[in-house]
Amino acid sequence: MDGDDRPLADRTPGVEHGEARADFLSYTVGFGLAILLTIASFVVAQTNLLWGPGIPVGLIVLAFAQIGVHLVFFLHMGTGPDHTNNVLALAFGMLIVFLVITGSCWIMANLNANMTMPTSHTIQR
Amino acid sequence: MTDTIFPAAARTELVPGRGGGGPASTRTVVAYGFWIFLLSDIIMFSGLFAAYAVLSGNTADGPTGRELFNLRSAFIETAFLLVSSYTCGLGALSAEQQRRDRFYLFAALTFILGAAFLFIELTEFAGMVHEGAGPSRSAFLSSFFTLVGMHGAHVTSGLLWLVYMVAQVAVKGLRPHVLRRLLCFSLFWHALDIVWVGVFTMVYLMGIR
Repeated sequence: MDGDDRPLADRTPGVEHGEARADFLSYTVGFGLAILLTIASFVVAQTNLLWGPGIPVGLIVLAFAQIGVHLVFFLHMGTGPDHTNNVLALAFGMLIVFLVITGSCWIMANLNANMTMPTSHTIQR
Repeated sequence: MTDTIFPAAARTELVPGRGGGGPASTRTVVAYGFWIFLLSDIIMFSGLFAAYAVLSGNTADGPTGRELFNLRSAFIETAFLLVSSYTCGLGALSAEQQRRDRFYLFAALTFILGAAFLFIELTEFAGMVHEGAGPSRSAFLSSFFTLVGMHGAHVTSGLLWLVYMVAQVAVKGLRPHVLRRLLCFSLFWHALDIVWVGVFTMVYLMGIR
């Protein structure tokens, strides 16, 4: 099955031979965008370019943009038929990640608020 | 029998990748299986992220992130990991094109950059423990060392895997099943970079504010 001289031997009918493959341009464009977004994140965090209270939101937006760049240009998530299952699994994974992180923060913030004694100064940030 | 499961109207919708056109290539199936593993790994990380988000304020009167974190070294770490992700992608590309020499070159670059990332991270950890800001100091530091240390452990296992893949290419050549393992490795390495985007945003950039 895994003959040395037949690199495409594992292809089956129905899979197009021109299916999307990684290319140099895709990696380089992704790399450039990722560099720009990383530098933007570090600049936003250290300067007053954004309105103070809006900085965490800006950082989250930049992080999501960079994760998107990584997914599209490095992991080659696409809209082709080969990717339908990958994208569905990704969507489900993101749902679970969202539930775990926001759920934990929500519940623990609520517990902290209810636990705070009038004299206590240690629990509240 | 098939007619009752797939009525004629639905059968016309079957296109490659959606049930039609026969089974997908081994490469597509392997990548899908490994992608599901990576997503479960990311979900495991989400638990550690949640713990860090909840505990980051509980410093027990110990040092805070603002006092501990050095953005310069965080930026250098980020740059090393990002460039190593790029060289890893180029290495996978060279392997696909059956260019073994270029693959070795990019694999070596990936390894050096990953090891440099790990070195900076471990130096940072050692410095923090030396200053008395070890994982037992406060809940904030426990969750910090767990989250960042878990990412570091993944990078370490990725480096070992890379050495193993280079050995496989050297011994077996760029055969289809070796290429599929390389594909899984490069997916793993890119996923580590995605997790690191979350780490440097949430831990370092938000931590210094």
